[in-house]
Amino acid sequence: MIYEVFRQERKGQPFAHAGSVEAPDAAFADAWAREQFGRRGESEGLWLVPRPAIHEITDWADEFDLKYRRVDGYSIKARLREARERAGTLVED
Amino acid sequence: MQALSSKTELLLDYADDELIVGWRDSEWTGVAPTLEEDVAFSSIAQNEIGHARALYELAARELGSDPDALAFDRQPGEYRCAPLVQLHLLDWAHTIARRWLYEQADAVRLEALQAGGDGELAQLAAKIDREEVYHRMHAEMWAERLKDEPRFREAVDELWPYALGVLPPDLRPALAARTGRPLETSQGLTDRGENLAALTELWNEMTEVRRSIPGAEW
Repeated sequence: MIYEVFRQERKGQPFAHAGSVEAPDAAFADAWAREQFGRRGESEGLWLVPRPAIHEITDWADEFDLKYRRVDGYSIKARLREARERAGTLVED
Repeated sequence: MQALSSKTELLLDYADDELIVGWRDSEWTGVAPTLEEDVAFSSIAQNEIGHARALYELAARELGSDPDALAFDRQPGEYRCAPLVQLHLLDWAHTIARRWLYEQADAVRLEALQAGGDGELAQLAAKIDREEVYHRMHAEMWAERLKDEPRFREAVDELWPYALGVLPPDLRPALAARTGRPLETSQGLTDRGENLAALTELWNEMTEVRRSIPGAEW
């Protein structure tokens, strides 16, 4: 069984995919992942997920090119400044 | 070498066990059965050598020596490690059998040190034990998986008299109870104190670089 390993580097940070271990059962996966992803103190926590438990989505439909739903090229900086001015919390740099 | 106190003897027994078992286990780096096990086994071997260093530091203070000198500058006959860790094992069944037996004996030793009267030793034992928890987990997982495998069972039977030799007589009953094995064996036991030819071979390799330039700072 392949277990996907997700690693949290610091408390409060998101778990990110770090790699995988191939192990005969959860006990082996635990021991092996612990040594492979934690022996240098580089991890706060690990999640081990049996690969079949992962539901994957890779197909997307965007037939009508609905660009307005996307955020590319949308700058929030000016709007944020206006909002802060209205709220009286603007700090000039 | 000067006459040793019983504390120094105990420290060197233990440090030499940890150094040599770490060295032996690291012989599997690159050739363990799977990549995952290779990483884990090598990491555990390094931990054992780290424990050896901490123990040598205490012994060195008692002796007015330094840890590297204790680890590398003694003659093969002066090492105090148990024959169990000296054995040059070439198959995985024996290697895992030794690892499991050594961890069981080490657990008994660590428990005794933590309950013993020497505060400094008890503190170091507690620190070592926090890492050994994971070594035991690793060894026990393998022992559980291989318990019905004839090659593993034969290897454990073969190494059991050596495992008894890791501990002083008063701690052996605890090891027998922990592993469910007999305290008396037909072969007797292979006790600490008589070094194997395999240790001299290991020593030649282990100290080769250091001996090449005596007194160098590395």
